[in-house]
Formats: sequence, structure tokens, C-alpha cells
Amino acid sequence: MTMLLEAEAPTTTAPDWELVYQRPQTLVDAPTHYCPGCSHGAIHRMVAETIDELGIRGCTICVAPVGCAVFAYKYFALDSCEAAHGRAPAMATGLKRVLPDRIIFTYQGDGDLASIGGNEILHAALRGEQISVIFVNNAVYGMTGGQMAPTTLTGMRTTSSPYGRDPLTQGRPIHITEMLATIPGVAYAVRRSMHSVAEMRKVKKALRLAFQAQMRGLGLSIVEILGACPTNWHLTPTESLDFIRDRMLPEYPLGDFKVDERLRD
Amino acid sequence: MARELWKGNEALAEAAIRAGVEAFFGYPITPQTELLEYMARRMPELGRAFLQAESEIAAINMVYGAACAGARAMTSSSSPGISLMQEGLSYIAGSETPCVVVDIMRGGPGLGNIQPGQADYFQLTRSAGHGDFHPLVLAPATVQEAVDLTYISFDLAFQYRTIVIIAGDGALGQMMEPVEMPPMREISQERPDWALTGVDDRPPRTITSLYLDADELERTNLRLQEKLQRVAANEQRWESYMTDDAEFLVVAFGTVARIARSAVRTARAAGIRVGLFRPISLWPYPAAALDQIVSRVQGVLVAEMNAGQMLEDVRMIVRGRVPIRFLGRMGGVIPMPDEIAAEISHIARVNHRSNGSNGKSPLSERSTVL
Repeated sequence: MTMLLEAEAPTTTAPDWELVYQRPQTLVDAPTHYCPGCSHGAIHRMVAETIDELGIRGCTICVAPVGCAVFAYKYFALDSCEAAHGRAPAMATGLKRVLPDRIIFTYQGDGDLASIGGNEILHAALRGEQISVIFVNNAVYGMTGGQMAPTTLTGMRTTSSPYGRDPLTQGRPIHITEMLATIPGVAYAVRRSMHSVAEMRKVKKALRLAFQAQMRGLGLSIVEILGACPTNWHLTPTESLDFIRDRMLPEYPLGDFKVDERLRD
Repeated sequence: MARELWKGNEALAEAAIRAGVEAFFGYPITPQTELLEYMARRMPELGRAFLQAESEIAAINMVYGAACAGARAMTSSSSPGISLMQEGLSYIAGSETPCVVVDIMRGGPGLGNIQPGQADYFQLTRSAGHGDFHPLVLAPATVQEAVDLTYISFDLAFQYRTIVIIAGDGALGQMMEPVEMPPMREISQERPDWALTGVDDRPPRTITSLYLDADELERTNLRLQEKLQRVAANEQRWESYMTDDAEFLVVAFGTVARIARSAVRTARAAGIRVGLFRPISLWPYPAAALDQIVSRVQGVLVAEMNAGQMLEDVRMIVRGRVPIRFLGRMGGVIPMPDEIAAEISHIARVNHRSNGSNGKSPLSERSTVL
């Protein structure tokens, strides 16, 4: 009897495995509504990891957009609010002005930020609002079913440019991040991509710097992330990654358009 | 405290400051701009947030953001700017965040002009944005009343988690009057239990107006309606002037009401027993109080600086019991006291003539205004 009890006693030796990967505390344990192959899920995770790693979950507030990421507030274990279409930078401004010691970030798509919210992001940048902007560019309006966005590639067919985007009547793609980089109030403006693991690692690093810019009060930070939209591109998830590499990168070169010197420390 | 001479727009701003406004976001537009300018000077002095937004759209969304943090936030504008704010107002109503909005109304539609108007009545009381909601709309007639209503507006906004709109007009905003300012209130550092402040050690909070599930959105709407019914039951404000023995009644709000007051005195001097009913809350409309007075009078004159907007509320309350005559000036034209007095005389005369006839009053509802 005695020996049996001893045999059942819990072992005190260290486990022979090491925990290297787990759900970030900032990410809610819930299935997302995103389509297979969509980049939002992975970007959410990297945002959550960054917030965890910086230890700012308790003081960070998320402003969700209108668009595919409209339910971002359901996936981040943060205080969150839902902005009107394009108005997230204005709402974030209101929050930051009364909560200057909190970290405020917006998570916006290209229809939201580059089209209807063009004025709000421009003037938030102009004022040097101490907010971080995560800008996911997939070149279409995803949620409404793949209409043309200001970021849609020249010649690209969408449900509202069925003959392909014609630059003569519909203009050419807008380069928001390069534009914002010209504004003195912007501390950090970079473009990254989700088309490969190596590039995703660079996204993660950029997110960290974007939040750090805000934590150090350097000005507005924006990370534009080229993301995949297999559903509206009518491609498979893997084809979508190739589409980013082969079609989007020539239009939207990756790079650092502005990095405040103090972030290089 | 001594009475001091204050300009309407600046008095409104100072009243909000004394009521503890923590953040002001606005955009210049005549005839409201002095409010913004006053805030630009005064808010930084007190270490509070002031920001001139890039548009009225941005301003109301900044208010929305600050309100989500549980702060006392406000904006001010004039009619065309309020049109731009309707999007934000709808989101604020849908997510039940409290805020105060001042509308110093001007002539419309379109760019209209910068003279006083009251043609935002429908917009403010009926259609401040898409979806089912009403802001609580308070319409002061004097600068003192504008101060007093602004002073309580944040309490009302937070009590009901609703939008409170102070509906003045260009005359009120621009005129100077003696005012007794209320005392300065301390800003409370306490935040409501729904406010976004960062989770720290508590569960996350979300402020949204999005409910994809139809049943859930209907339940949300039912809750909003239940709240609006409480507002409607508790927050009706009005003033009755010389109505006790009145045979005739003038109904007017804001600047027109104070002009009508002079007209009532003139008509009284001429032997006409007329009184004035002045709704102070435009939504909720003080229906029961007006109904009671209407049951004792023989004719009603509605005077407004619009084409007959409050008139629709009065019609619903009068329900055909007595004739209604309407005097409306538009385009920034302010009705003069003798103009209103003449309309009162007309009602009394026609009523006198028609007494003992077939009972059908020849009183036409709408006066020719030009």
C-alpha cells in the first residue's frame, strides 16, 4: 500500500519540455471570423504578442475600424471601442487627449484609412498625435465584397472596377505611408508585408517600434502591412501570397519611409 | 455672485468650463466661433484638452473618443456643421456615450446665411442621425438660461448616457446680457464603470454600436427606447407666461419666445387675454403641460424662425381642438414684437367674429409672412 502511494505522488523533477509558444495574453481565445488565408488573424496575433512583450496590456486601448477588422475588439483582450468608418484616428485623438498616459492604437484597412478616413489620418499625423496606426492594405474593400479601393492596383479587376482599374478615370494607387512620412508630426512610417515568414518577422519588429514611438512620445507611428485577401482576389491562400510578392510589391515597395532618430537607439 | 456682462457664445463656454468640461473639440463656423475661441484660450489655462479639429466630422468623433474614456466632452457648431456631425451623433447614441453639443442655429438650407434661425428643429429633435434615437434638446431663450442649462447638461448626459444638445441661435450666441455665473466645479477623477481606461486588472470593456444579430440589436434598441421613455417622463421643461387666465396662447421657443413675450404684453395692454408657452426642452417636448393649457384657450399662435417645424408637435398636442395660426420667418429674418402682436390681435378678432356662427372658424392656419 505504502509503495503504491509513493508511486502516485507527483514528480518534483522539471518537465522535459519547454514552453516556447502560447496564445498571447492580449489575444482572446476565440475563433475569428476571418476567411482562410486572410492576413488579419496573424497580424492580430503579432499585435497581441507585441503588447504582451512591451508589458502594456493594462494601459492600451484599441480603436477598431469599419471593414473586415470591425470585430477586432472581440479578439484583443483590451479596452476597445468601435469607430465610424474612417474616423478611428479622430476617435483615438479624443481618447489620447483625455488619457495622455494610455497607449492608443487604431487598426484600419485601406478603404477605411485611405479613402473615407483620408482626412482624419492626415490631420492626426499633422498634429503629431501620440497614437499608433496599424494599416492593413489588401488593395480592396474586403467586408463589402471586394470593391475597388484607392489602393487597388492599376488594371486590377474588382466588383466595382469590373474592366480593371482605369487610371484615366479611376486614378492610380495611393501611397499613404510615403505621404505621411513627409509630415513632421510622424515619428515612424514603414511598409511591411505578410507574404513570407521572414517578412512577417519584420512586421513584428515594426509593430514593436510603432508602439515604442508612442510610449516615448515621439509622434504618430504607422505600420502599413500588405495583407492577403484570397476571397476577394479569387485566389488560393498560397497564390495570394505570390500575388503580394509579384503584383503588390512593385507598386508598394517595402521600406522605412521615416524613422525618428531616437528610435534607432 | 455679481452679475457680469457676457456674450452668449462665451458665456456658454464658461458655463461648460464651470460644469467641469474636460475636453472640447470644435471647428470654426459663424455664428458660433466665439465659443471655440474662448475655449482655445481658457481650456489650456486650466490644463484641460482643447483641439481645433480638421472638420466637424472629426470634432464629433474626437468627442466620441473622449466620451468613451468617461470624460466630460463637448463640441459646438452651427447648422451646417451639425449636419456633418450627424454620423458621429448616431454612433454616440448607439453606443450610449454621454456628451454635450451646442448648436447655434443659423439660416438654411445649404450654406444659408449666418443670421439666426430655428430650422434645425427637425434635425435636432427628430433626425440627429440614422437610427432610432433622440438627443435631449434644451433651448435657452436668454444668455442666463443658456448658462444654467449648459451647467446641468453634463449631469443629464451622464445620468442617462445620452447626447444633450443646447439649441440656441445666432441671436443668442452673439448678444450680450448680464449673467450670474455658477460656481466652478471640481473635475471628478472618478470614471464611470463603463469607461475605457485600460484594463489594468479587470476584464476588458468594449464600447460599440455594432450588433450583427438582429435579435440582439432589437434588444439594444428596446433598451435605448426604454431609456428615452425615462428621459421623456422626467426631463420635460417649459415656462408658462400669463397663461392662467389666457384665452389665447402663443407657443414659441428660444429667441422667438422672448420676442413673443413682448408681444404678449403689448396684446395684454390692448385688452387681449393672451399667454405664452415656451418649451425649454424641445425633446422631450413638454406635451402634457401644453395640453393642459390648450384645453383652456380658444386659439393658438405658433411662431418660429422656420417654415413650421415645432408646429407639428403643437398640432399633435392640440389635436384639432382649437384653431392654430402659424407665423414663420425664415432666412435669418427675426420676427418683430409688433408682428407677433398683430398675429395675436388677428386670432382674437377672428375668434370674436366667428363666435356664435356655424362653429367653423375661418381662421386660416398659416399666415402670409411676406
